[in-house]
Amino acid sequence: MSVKVGQAAEAPSFAKASRGALGNTQLRHNVRNATDVIRARRAHAVAETLDWPQLRDSARAIKDHVLRHLGAYLEQFEAACTAAGGKVHWARDADEANQTVIDIIRSHGASEVIKVKTMTSDETALNPALEAAGISPIETDLADLIIQLGGDKPSHIVVPALHRNKAEIRRLFMEKMQLQDLGERAEDLAAAARRYLRERFLRASVGLSGANFAIAESGSLCVVESEGNGRMCVTLPKVLISLVGIEKIVPTFGDLEVFLQLLARSATGERMNPYNSVWTGVTPGDGPQEFHVVLLDNGRTGVLADPESRATLACIRCGACLNICPVYRQTGGHAYGSIYAGPIGAILTPQLQAMKHSQSLPYASTLCGACYDVCPVKIDIPEILIHLRSKVVKGHGAPLAERLAMKAVARAFSNGGRLESAQKLVRIAQKPFVEDGVIGRLPGMLANWTRFRDLPEVPAESFRQWWAARRRKEIP
Amino acid sequence: MSAAKLDARQEILERIHHAAGGAGDRAAEYAAIPREYRREGGMAPEARLELFAARLYEYGASVYRCTAAQIADAVAQALTQRRRTAIVVSHGVPASWLPDGFEFVEDNDLSYAALDQSNGVLTGCEAAVAFTGTIILRHGPGQPRRAVTLVPDYHLCVVRAQQIVETLPEAIRRVEEFRAAPLTTISGPSATSDIEMTRVKGVHGPRTLDVVLVL
Ligand code: SF4
Repeated sequence: MSVKVGQAAEAPSFAKASRGALGNTQLRHNVRNATDVIRARRAHAVAETLDWPQLRDSARAIKDHVLRHLGAYLEQFEAACTAAGGKVHWARDADEANQTVIDIIRSHGASEVIKVKTMTSDETALNPALEAAGISPIETDLADLIIQLGGDKPSHIVVPALHRNKAEIRRLFMEKMQLQDLGERAEDLAAAARRYLRERFLRASVGLSGANFAIAESGSLCVVESEGNGRMCVTLPKVLISLVGIEKIVPTFGDLEVFLQLLARSATGERMNPYNSVWTGVTPGDGPQEFHVVLLDNGRTGVLADPESRATLACIRCGACLNICPVYRQTGGHAYGSIYAGPIGAILTPQLQAMKHSQSLPYASTLCGACYDVCPVKIDIPEILIHLRSKVVKGHGAPLAERLAMKAVARAFSNGGRLESAQKLVRIAQKPFVEDGVIGRLPGMLANWTRFRDLPEVPAESFRQWWAARRRKEIP
Repeated sequence: MSAAKLDARQEILERIHHAAGGAGDRAAEYAAIPREYRREGGMAPEARLELFAARLYEYGASVYRCTAAQIADAVAQALTQRRRTAIVVSHGVPASWLPDGFEFVEDNDLSYAALDQSNGVLTGCEAAVAFTGTIILRHGPGQPRRAVTLVPDYHLCVVRAQQIVETLPEAIRRVEEFRAAPLTTISGPSATSDIEMTRVKGVHGPRTLDVVLVL
């Protein structure tokens, strides 16, 4: 079986890819600006939610429960969706999913399809497959439109064009939409996108979406969004196809009360995103009268099989771990060579590919633990990173330096049982690379990062405190 | 269904079975999931209403308060303020909400083009959440079609005080019985944060949202 994760298989290693990003000051500036804004907003939204810890606990418990009973829940979803007039398809891998989608579109003789942001379709590289089949995919999410018009790649899982600033977007729109003039405000750019896409929405015969949640008891899907392009795509076309990873299941409609409270606050720092759509099969007289769900495996069952990293599948793709990650903020998303960037990408991509490619990704982290703290479903990303690193080492041997680090890590595990904190671990793991209080060369794929700047040794305080202090020094 | 597709289903379910097992009493396990988060608010009705109105203001919506007998007047006020004259009326809107002096078009399966050219749409709602300023629409027979609440550029929504709850869990319980109908939650007008993380109002959904709040 060949598992595709976007174009990751052909992408250069993290070290190579991050070299370009680190040299690109504009990109780093854009990424920092955007993540600063989003982090401040998230912090505020979380602080005013007094039951945040309890919501996280419930969310994680629900996800763990689903993963333990995934087969039964998928069958329940399939039965309910079918009873409501939907058609359920199953796809073992990306190619099978893409082919299923293409067959459905062809059966209606359609030559274009409107798409609302779906990471799953980026994962299966659906757009190139559609184009090869003579079908034009039209991305309708503002950020995805920016990416598509610019022939660019997404760099963030929630804000895919976060590496582009206003001036760049304005130039791109003027050129690609053939506009004589266009204002400079964000409002003007949004209005241009509205004009450009409106007619395409109204004439579309086939729509394509993903889903944030698939509700087993009712066979319903839920799409979370802001712009209204999602509502357009799931409402206006005659035919709707939804490509959904098998891990997106929640047991009941009522469970949305947990996840909808966590997702928007974690993703954009809003109390609630402007729009959520929930629908079930086909509704006579309202919306698409033909509805297909493609349930995608593409390596997910492999992740499920490893109890130590299974929690990766609990991810609700909020992007909070990217925004907080010091490595992501330095390199931007493209360096990860996968549509899944940042800490979640560093654990998800290598697993989806059964550790065959992108083995460098588990090293694209300092194990500072900030990602775990912000994760709304409490995925212990540092712990999974360590686990995956040990898999890399076991499978293929590792350079001496890395093996030394791994030994230290192994010792930490065997002495303390479960590691107490990731901060402690990074201090142990970095030991072999520290000289005179400066980290000269980090192991693996962080090597390239340190080639650009010597990092002071991680002090006894937490990495994040140290990082924050360092940043304050850098940017007065 | 083709043989190949049956195989995909079987194969994936088998993989899952090998990977996760699925042993144990699923229903009992589900019932035991901890739910210590707030499932009910503690605000007095007036405070709840004020919070809801405050959230709407934050989203840039205008709020027109009135009694049940004054709904038509409030609708007229809102439409005059926004200079809207030709308004689509969704299913489920009583005639008593419609003031004289405006052109109201009933939604008899209006085309998308007609919706696009209209000045806006008038609907009711199913429930509302004060804490997040969220309005929940239910669609389906006798209810507004989804397209009708989406394509027009202006949405005027009538919300009754007793439809407003404080927290999302309370609202979810209120609409749970309609979970098979399409549901849309609306928290402010269409917006995007895709350009330099600034929230910009008005992309593809209605760019303006106003609320008539019935006390
Ligand atoms: S791993 Fe957690 S923080 Fe990161 S995107 Fe997924 S849910 Fe969000």
